[in-house]
Amino acid sequence: MNFDYNEEQQLLADSVRRYLADKYAFEQRQTIVRGQGWSAEAWAQFAQMGLTGLPVSAEHGGFGGGAVDLMGVMEAFGEALVVEPYLSHVIATRAAERGGATDLLPAVIDGSMKLAFAHNAKGVTAKKSGTRWTLEGEVRGVIGAPVVDRLVVTSAAGELFLVGKADVKAHRTMDGRLAGDVVLRGVEAQPLEGTVDHLLDFGTALVCAEAVGVMKFACDTTLEYLKTRKQFGVTIGTFQALQHRMVDMFISLEQARSMACLACSRADAGGDRKSISAAKIKIGDAARHVSQESVQLHGGMGMSEELKVSHAFRRLTVLAREFGDTDYHLARFASL
Amino acid sequence: MDLNYSAEEAAFRDEVRAWLRANLPQDLREKVENYQHLSKDDLMRWHRTLAKKGWVAPAWPKEWGGTGWNVVQRYIFEEELGYAGAPPIIPFGVTMCAAVLLRFGTDAQKKRFLPRIYNGEDFWCQGYSEPGSGSDLASLKTKAVRQGDHYVVNGQKIWTTLAHYADWIFCLVRTDPTLEKRQEGISFLLIDMKTPGITVRPLILMDGAHEVNEVFFDDVKVPVENLVHEEGKGWTVAKYLLGHERMNTGRIGESKRQLNRLKQYAAPMMGESRWRDRLTRLEVELTALEITNLRFLDRMRRTGQPPGADVSMLKIKGTEIQQGLTELMMEATDPAASDELSTAIRKRYLSMRKTTIYAGSNEIQRNIIAKMTLGL
Repeated sequence: MNFDYNEEQQLLADSVRRYLADKYAFEQRQTIVRGQGWSAEAWAQFAQMGLTGLPVSAEHGGFGGGAVDLMGVMEAFGEALVVEPYLSHVIATRAAERGGATDLLPAVIDGSMKLAFAHNAKGVTAKKSGTRWTLEGEVRGVIGAPVVDRLVVTSAAGELFLVGKADVKAHRTMDGRLAGDVVLRGVEAQPLEGTVDHLLDFGTALVCAEAVGVMKFACDTTLEYLKTRKQFGVTIGTFQALQHRMVDMFISLEQARSMACLACSRADAGGDRKSISAAKIKIGDAARHVSQESVQLHGGMGMSEELKVSHAFRRLTVLAREFGDTDYHLARFASL
Repeated sequence: MDLNYSAEEAAFRDEVRAWLRANLPQDLREKVENYQHLSKDDLMRWHRTLAKKGWVAPAWPKEWGGTGWNVVQRYIFEEELGYAGAPPIIPFGVTMCAAVLLRFGTDAQKKRFLPRIYNGEDFWCQGYSEPGSGSDLASLKTKAVRQGDHYVVNGQKIWTTLAHYADWIFCLVRTDPTLEKRQEGISFLLIDMKTPGITVRPLILMDGAHEVNEVFFDDVKVPVENLVHEEGKGWTVAKYLLGHERMNTGRIGESKRQLNRLKQYAAPMMGESRWRDRLTRLEVELTALEITNLRFLDRMRRTGQPPGADVSMLKIKGTEIQQGLTELMMEATDPAASDELSTAIRKRYLSMRKTTIYAGSNEIQRNIIAKMTLGL
């Protein structure tokens, strides 16, 4: 039993936090959001820190990082509300390597090639004629799709394909990230070994970790606000009604963190999908609780576009529904 | 990061589990599983069984009969007791009074009381709350006036759990009502329940059970050698006790057993998604609490530091989960049924409302986290 990160994991998370504090403060983040929706400079920096190739095995020049190795990074990204499509890239990279598309990996590691994971439960139809596979269908809201170089697309049957070119209609998610609706009309695709299930568990675990980071920020900033905002001649944190709500936010955060630890550990061990669903249920409930309370305790300021907390609210609202919302995971939990 | 118990810890758990399977009497287990009343004899029979094995007071120093287990082993032991459906070890003697004596007692007090607590010869109760002093404990009024070799105690305690079984009561009393800082006028006394002037009156709670009492003190003479720590230092003792042994307030093992019981009892309702989702959410909260509890233990073991104020969340979440489970269990009974089990389950729902009120209400626990952990 040991709930700490190992030294490497801690050093990596620390260096990511240092970088983000320096180059990805809220105003800088907003400049990126208002601009193209992602930063080539930030991505290059991620590559330099070894993040783009983190999930790649050592055999192919990466670090062989699993969910627990990525957990601290995802938490740090959550705290800073990073908008680059890192999680989508990480999942697609894992699919590409395990599926046999190892030729891409050097470019993935050095940051010159970005990947995205295009999954939708309805799925895309895959057809085979001779040795040639083509895909037909649409995947909406793929994070990062407009700027990546390759897509890993899942079919209705749960198979995986690598796609180079597709029509992408770009838009922004409600939390300011760049996404795209991918239209595949007889697009040629390279089949990848493996199936979608373990990728979804991996992604679910990492989204839990990211949400914990956002909740940590939301709790910290709300606590700070309670200690500084004055009304009736005193700081509002002296009011017991607000203290107790703050405590409940803090408890939700710690309970969510426990479940993120469980999800990442279980994702690495393989199997135990039930625990991963349990984690997403808790993270979904906690994200809703912490986000709504953080805005309420900020009063009108919490509604403001100017304050980071309102952006954390949006991110938590989106993360609560990514990789299956709470209702989906309640049903899955019962079925397993 | 590794969420699993080590091989040694798992082996320890298996040892405890196997021993409980062989030594927990079937009739006691059935009483606990069917929510039936446990008599004093039931409680003491189990106490003596554990004492004979040497496991009744794991946290005590070895010289007084402790096991020498670390915090993780003590946690595993407690959780296995709950999971197996063992009767509770009543905490007032073994956990509370003993902790105070071990920390503040004189050698004579330790020698006089600890072996009798260990062997179950003395049954203890706790005299803290008063009619006017609940959460605001430091306002207590029961007074003790020094007269020669004795204190003369007058006043009233309330909500005194199992006082009607008790041989002894440890009490917070006011020895100096004149001090401006009211905490400094409080002392910690050990009082023999057979002393003339003590009256115990039952308080029947809404489940119809007699568990708590009022205890009246009318010119009760207490020898000064029964004072623990110095006169006026009772609040220090009380605060120490508050911070002591708080790693098992989550009652994870007990709740796991209740969850399994509920799934079995309410099996026909598991196909009903509205019902099932409520159960799942409780199961998820319980899993999260178990990991949170282990995180605290891991931190304690690693740093060698006592638990921080944030462990109050174990009491808050643990009791909320216990209440949630008993509520679902109550709802699973047929409202028209009057059989023994259905009746016991409904009474348990009523009784378990106490958990968020006792041992420092959950509002007090939130105050503690707000002040000590969050700095509000």
